[in-house]
Amino acid sequence: MFMIGPVGFAVPWLLAGLIALPILWLLLRAVPPAPIRRRFPGVALLLGLKDDENEADKTPWWLLLLRMLAVAAAIVGFAGPVLNPDVRVAAGGPLLVLVDGSWADARDWPRRMDRAAALVDEAGREGRTVAVVRLSDAPTEVEFQTADVWAGRVAGLQPQPWAPAGLAEWAGNLPQGGFESVWLSDGLAHDGREGLLAELSARGPVRVIESPRPVLALHPATFEDGAVAVAVSRLPAADAVSVDVVARGPDPAGIERELARAVLPFGAGEARAEATLNLPPELRNRITRFEIEGVRSAGAVSLTDDSLKRRKVAIIGAGPDQEALQLLSPTHYLRQALEPVAELVDGSLTDVLLANPDVVILADVARLTQAETDATLDWLEKGGLLLRFAGPRLAASDVSRMTEDPLMPVRLREGGRTVGGAMSWGEPKALAPFVEGSPFFGLPTPSDVTVKAQVLAQPDPELSQRTIAALEDGTPLVTRKVVGDGQVVLVHVTANAEWSTLPLSGLFVSMLERLAVSTRPATPEAADLAGQVWVPEVVLDAYGQLSDAGEVAGVEGADLAAAIASGPAAAFPPGLYAGPDRRVALNVIGAETELRAAEWPAGTVIEGLEGQTAQSLKAGFLSGALGLLLLDILAALWVAGRLSGLGRRAAVLAVAVMVGSLAPQARAQEAGPDDDFALRATTEVVLAHVLTGNAEVDGLAEAGLRGLGDRLWERTTIEPALPVGVDLERDELAFFPFLYWPVVAGQAAPSAAAYDKLNDYLRTGGMILFDTRDADVAGFGGTTPEGQALQTIAAGLDIPPLEQIPGDHVLTRTFYLLQEFPGRHAQGSLWVEAAPAAAEEAADGMPFRNLNDGVTPVVIGGNDWAAAWATDDMGAPLLPVGRGFAGERQREMSYRFGINLIMHVLTGNYKSDQVHVPALLERLGQ
Amino acid sequence: MSAGATTANADLRARAEALGQALPPLLAEAEMLAATVMLGEHGRRRAGLGDEFWQYRPAHQGDSARMIDWRRSARSDAHFVREREWQAAQSVTLWVDPSKSMSFTGDKGRAAKGDQAKLLALALAVLLLRGGERVGLAGMAAPRAGRSQMLRLAARLSGAEDGEDFGAPETEGMVSHGRAVFLSDFLGDLAAVEAGLARAADRGVKGVLMQILDPAEEEFPFAGRTIFESMGGTVRFETQQAGDLRARYLARLAERKDRLAMLARAVGWHFTTHHTGQPAQSALLWAYGALQGGR
Repeated sequence: MFMIGPVGFAVPWLLAGLIALPILWLLLRAVPPAPIRRRFPGVALLLGLKDDENEADKTPWWLLLLRMLAVAAAIVGFAGPVLNPDVRVAAGGPLLVLVDGSWADARDWPRRMDRAAALVDEAGREGRTVAVVRLSDAPTEVEFQTADVWAGRVAGLQPQPWAPAGLAEWAGNLPQGGFESVWLSDGLAHDGREGLLAELSARGPVRVIESPRPVLALHPATFEDGAVAVAVSRLPAADAVSVDVVARGPDPAGIERELARAVLPFGAGEARAEATLNLPPELRNRITRFEIEGVRSAGAVSLTDDSLKRRKVAIIGAGPDQEALQLLSPTHYLRQALEPVAELVDGSLTDVLLANPDVVILADVARLTQAETDATLDWLEKGGLLLRFAGPRLAASDVSRMTEDPLMPVRLREGGRTVGGAMSWGEPKALAPFVEGSPFFGLPTPSDVTVKAQVLAQPDPELSQRTIAALEDGTPLVTRKVVGDGQVVLVHVTANAEWSTLPLSGLFVSMLERLAVSTRPATPEAADLAGQVWVPEVVLDAYGQLSDAGEVAGVEGADLAAAIASGPAAAFPPGLYAGPDRRVALNVIGAETELRAAEWPAGTVIEGLEGQTAQSLKAGFLSGALGLLLLDILAALWVAGRLSGLGRRAAVLAVAVMVGSLAPQARAQEAGPDDDFALRATTEVVLAHVLTGNAEVDGLAEAGLRGLGDRLWERTTIEPALPVGVDLERDELAFFPFLYWPVVAGQAAPSAAAYDKLNDYLRTGGMILFDTRDADVAGFGGTTPEGQALQTIAAGLDIPPLEQIPGDHVLTRTFYLLQEFPGRHAQGSLWVEAAPAAAEEAADGMPFRNLNDGVTPVVIGGNDWAAAWATDDMGAPLLPVGRGFAGERQREMSYRFGINLIMHVLTGNYKSDQVHVPALLERLGQ
Repeated sequence: MSAGATTANADLRARAEALGQALPPLLAEAEMLAATVMLGEHGRRRAGLGDEFWQYRPAHQGDSARMIDWRRSARSDAHFVREREWQAAQSVTLWVDPSKSMSFTGDKGRAAKGDQAKLLALALAVLLLRGGERVGLAGMAAPRAGRSQMLRLAARLSGAEDGEDFGAPETEGMVSHGRAVFLSDFLGDLAAVEAGLARAADRGVKGVLMQILDPAEEEFPFAGRTIFESMGGTVRFETQQAGDLRARYLARLAERKDRLAMLARAVGWHFTTHHTGQPAQSALLWAYGALQGGR
């Protein structure tokens, strides 16, 4: 293609036409503009006059220039100019577009897709077949199809929240034969990339497109020395910047918000930045996720599971009077095991229960006072976990001997047993493997854990159910009972090493974890998860957005552990996985994940995303030429003096229009219609009616509100402006204190957004008068079509309980004293928000109850008030009401109802305060 | 009766009807215009031939006995003669330029110069006839008095068209010592005007030269390359830049007006220029006043 600067020409030989321009110049110049013939009697006076200059008969130079430009633009336009043409030699053959489609792509996915779409379009123009492959998908056969097949699909492609895995399999699936490849890489090294690249290179040329924007990855937060540590990695490690990491979670009201923020400074050339957050446990326990602010990628979001949560654990020993060695203390091992991972609460049982701990551990405590028992039971009912350990005292006491103690899971035999001791037969007993259904199922049972002494459970029907761990011989070792929302767990040995070696083993800690006594380490071990089924609760998409997982089959704990180690995959999307008693987060970035840049072999063409797309300039040049020719017509007319008066104005207008249409549409939108609407609605009190779409009803509603407004203006200090029709879907409702809503049969319910607006409106003090206009003719049980429409509409509204308007409702006395509320019909009943059930009865001699506060958000009736209010522009009633004088009286009463209603809307329950008048008078001493 | 005669008859009638249709509006318009001028006393304020009583004077030697007013004389001893006011009527000859150049108008909304001239002439005739003068059209109708003359003049004026590009004043039928009104644009050959004026002056005719011009002729609002043609197309002038000629054209026009005024002054005539854009009433008043003598 012939190129001049960045512009190429499709038909360059046409440019030779430009040589003809000077000839054209001479020709045009030689031909003067045609003269006008005029009849003019004064010609006799002109005879003999000479023209000043002979030059004037030639076309003026600027007109010539205009024409030359027009012709030149036409020539250039037909030569097919293209800005930034793709000058690469077309490789021919099929084109394979590979997209990594990983979480790292999400940061600039639209641009990637633009680029991919441009590649597909280009291939389509060249008639090549295309295949687009998202490498994060499971490998499939690659098939080349025509570009228009792919054009639609490319637009629908989305990144996946995991890294491409099966690159080697993709390499195996490549079709035979040569083709060109374009690889839109996310910039990260993935396993098997070299193999795939080698395969691609073997088939044809490979281009690589990478985004220069850095990849940021947030590692899971860890708990270190009482503080939360967050770390962010980046690639490439370039200049010094700082990123903000935000911790989010529900506030006490349950609303998701930012709980904490850490600024992580990257030094120049540093790939990793860390910071710690010092948070109080209450705040820390609420954090549900960390995210890097301003980065839309799953890699910038780290979900927290229970690992950050610190449980409050109260350990109650046998009493402070024990003078014993530290190692023999019944609570020593518990403290050792729990101190790093839980908040320990000290104090007496009644004291610590006030702190509402998650777990209370009673180590060899036998007797509790009745008050302690009751308090503990209460706490258990609310979901506490009471963990008891046996010991000499418990064995010696008669707690739970004959009848089961409420704070013990089983009845105990007297004395317990001792095995493998100096005075007994047999070997110390080892643990039996944990059976399915036990919370400890899946934990290994180390052989060196032995039990020398224990308390024994009485054989009871429930004993086998309550046993969650047993010895080799089937003797229960750990029993559990559910009390309300909580549970009581008894370990039949001591919490120190006196009776067994259990507290010395790692199993002890694992068991405490499984019992949700202690917090797990940040990264769950495979063993911790094994044997349990984990169901995803929420999942992350590639952009870091959380969504409900829906009904998804659970995954095996072992597999999940493997996924946590290796990163999420299609079968294990990142998210929160819920197990029996805990939740595990599967994050895109693990604690040890390292960002490695993709390294391409030397000689690979690597491009940025900002490819310049070819842009045809032909249309621009041709329309420019056309515009110049139009200008030339006007200019020629002007030069010839044929433009006069009106014609001249029209010409100026035409030029202005032309310039206006050629100029880019860059006008900033100034005060739009919304502002006008807001100003109109808020500078004065405006009554509004809901536009139903029925022109007759809407017109009547407007006329009615106009009539009511006139009456208000005459009689009260409320001086409303002209009423406004409100489109629920489009208009802001907050401007209006009052909405009149005539209900039309078969009216469609508003959209969800409109419902949100309406509910906001009702909650924040707006009032809607629903008018079914049917005089309530259906009466009890039946409904009119309008009534049905009202039910449909009101279904989505936040309407409080209603009651028929009581005789002492404030609406009966806000301006006029009224007892009935007629409109065009007089019989219908009126419904308002029900008074609280606790409202006291009217005191003796008081005309109304002591009801304060609250303006009813809705008033519902069917008396067709707007029809009674409606007046024409002259103030004359539009529709007849009733007959004769009685009818006019009814119209007057309907106006009074309207005035009362608007007064109620604007002054609230001010008139209710009358009930206080006697009290006020009394206080004034009268 | 031959077929040709029938055709000629029909042709004549059609033309007569067309003429009759055109007549009343022109006449009505002229009368309306004339009605705006109040007629004053018309007598010559001296004794002479006439109908109105002027004065009694003592009879002189030579007065015939028939002239003595016996009724007046009986009241005294002397003889008196009853004198009457001299009420000699003037003969006014109108000449309206019938040439093609008078059919020019610079704007569709304006009347052509010729129409304006005819209107002025007829209105003047109405005024004069009402005053008892005799009015005629030069070369077309001899001066006569009376309402029938008014209709005749209207008919003649309506039909007055001429093939010439520029007109020359017609002096035929002009009564000696009468009055004359020349209405034309005077854009043609000035020598013809001069000769006409000289002939009129020879007969002792006094009168009025009224130049009627279109505003376009006064302003010359043209630009660009233009070929100007006279209305008949006999004269033609081409220019490349009409706008550049304006100043020189206007100078020539002013010069012509000066020349006309000088000619008029030399023979004791009055000269004015009337534009078709202006109301005809002022021009009519001026012409009437100028004919009355005075000024």
